[in-house]
Amino acid sequence: MNETTRLLPWAPERTGEAAPVTPAPITKPPKPARPGLGALLYLPLRLAWRQLRAERARLLSAMAGVMFACVLVFMQLGFRAALFESATALLGGMRADIFLMHPLTTASFRPEGFPRSRAYQTLADPDVVEAVPIYLAQTTWRNPADGSRRSIQLVGFDSDAGALRFDGIEAVADALKRPDTIAFDRRSRPEFGPAAAMFEAQGPFDVQLGGRMMELAGLVSIGASFGADGNAVLSETNFRRIMLNRSASVIDLAALKVRAGADIPTVVARLRATLPPDVMVMSRPELVAHERAYWENATPIGFIFAFGSLMGLIVGMVIVYQILFSDIANHIREYATLKAIGYSNGFLSRVVMGAALILAIIGFIPGIIMSTWLYGVVGGATFLPLRMELERGLTVFGLIFGMCVIAGLLAMRKLRDADPADMF
Amino acid sequence: MLAPVALHGITFAYGEGELRRPVLRDVQLDVAPGEIVLLTGPSGSGKTTLLTLIGALRAMQEGSARVLGLELAGAGEGARVALRRRIGFIFQNHNLLGFLTARQNVAMALEMQGTLDEADRLARAGELLASVGLADHTEKLPAKLSGGQRQRVAVARALAADPGLVLADEPTAALDKQSGSEVVHLLRDLAKKRGAPILMVTHDPRILDIADRIVTMEDGRIVSAAA
Repeated sequence: MNETTRLLPWAPERTGEAAPVTPAPITKPPKPARPGLGALLYLPLRLAWRQLRAERARLLSAMAGVMFACVLVFMQLGFRAALFESATALLGGMRADIFLMHPLTTASFRPEGFPRSRAYQTLADPDVVEAVPIYLAQTTWRNPADGSRRSIQLVGFDSDAGALRFDGIEAVADALKRPDTIAFDRRSRPEFGPAAAMFEAQGPFDVQLGGRMMELAGLVSIGASFGADGNAVLSETNFRRIMLNRSASVIDLAALKVRAGADIPTVVARLRATLPPDVMVMSRPELVAHERAYWENATPIGFIFAFGSLMGLIVGMVIVYQILFSDIANHIREYATLKAIGYSNGFLSRVVMGAALILAIIGFIPGIIMSTWLYGVVGGATFLPLRMELERGLTVFGLIFGMCVIAGLLAMRKLRDADPADMF
Repeated sequence: MLAPVALHGITFAYGEGELRRPVLRDVQLDVAPGEIVLLTGPSGSGKTTLLTLIGALRAMQEGSARVLGLELAGAGEGARVALRRRIGFIFQNHNLLGFLTARQNVAMALEMQGTLDEADRLARAGELLASVGLADHTEKLPAKLSGGQRQRVAVARALAADPGLVLADEPTAALDKQSGSEVVHLLRDLAKKRGAPILMVTHDPRILDIADRIVTMEDGRIVSAAA
């Protein structure tokens, strides 16, 4: 005692603030030990889990709700990415390093022509080894099975040029040099008819393109995109045989190949400085981004899918909120009892948050499994490149997590109704 | 010795203005250490309100109440929550968490202490349940227990954290004569052993024999205190 007062001159015994009597044994001070940080988070989480687990049916419906939101968001984001990716399938499939395009071209399905001489001018640059003029046009294709007609994208270029990498182009390059031959895109939509299957079964056969009979001499793999449901590849000469009013000197795109080891951005910058402003010089990623930006900005597609995702999240949030809210409402007396025996509001709030997080996790896991499966099924049916990607998985988990946190915060307000004074 | 409960001039009213309805008027009451006080009186006489004030479940209005050394007049929420941890509560209904076993329910009262780890908490909960005669029922959910057994779990929970005071509100109201009597006698024996005073609101004439003192309230006032 003396030691204490000597060390602590402001101790209550000295200042006379405390009653001088020795405290009664019954009024022992509260134990100073407090639950540690682990217990602070673990105990509410465990209580939340035990509470959720106790009612299987409700837990399953909550899980289904989160899973539903999860699948909805995955599908929306998947469609969005797939559509943007497929919008650029044609350009993405070209092997060139650098492209030239008319500045007024907004999207590849509606190109603006520019002089072919611009393509050859670039050969003056020491790093450009090849310049390939490309002709783009859409014409009608007659389905070889039932005769119905559809619009098809024609891509005319010198098939010997190494600047274009459509899968399978090497095998058909020689055949395309013959007059009136085309290579058909096997990943075109099925409305174009079973041309690929027919070719594989019986070899080359004649198809009608733009009112002209052409020999289907081979298959390439490009993929349907927004602007074109199907593609056909052919030589420059054969292109002009179909598109009679097109002149060879006006091209729609030029593909350049640079010397191995050359720095592409440097070459692009140099070409931009050299060429007149009637052409745009773009690297391949820039061209793909330009095409993508058109579909993102000029169409409501981006908005539609963002809106769809948001709706999915709101529905999921309402479901989670309902589950958490009714869990609190049904246990209001027990919550009030816990408050009465000394549990703080903070603890009970952590129980609600814990329940929200548990729902986020146990709903997300079946959600991502089901979405992966659906990507396969839907991708097969729509020919859209749907794939589960790590980055998208993390994004969706973040969104679902946030959804559950907001639902938890809303449900927490109900805790105020748990008044321990009503318990007696 | 300092009284665990010392009430002085407690006045309390519900509502405001024209609707103001006083329920407690100038109540004086002391409870000595280890004393068992029964609070009786007609409904509406303010017994339960008094109990909630002593239990720090309600904010004080007028007067002074020292409970386990804490002055409740003007005490903040944090201080009141801390005080509640040192009080054992027994309610009219057992209010056990339906999704936890008897043992886990009792252990819940120990979690806030932070001095015991999980294994110790469960072991201590088991001992307490054994002391209320439920050694064979520790792993049962409340739904699988009879009314008397549930209330005995509630007694074990109230006593788990070694409370300095036990507050009970009609603990026998939902029980038949025999189990009601068993529960209150058990409560009395365990509280006496620990030296914890009990303040119990009851209408039940069958359990008056456990009291050291019976306090009768009427119309918000204490009208008689029979020993």
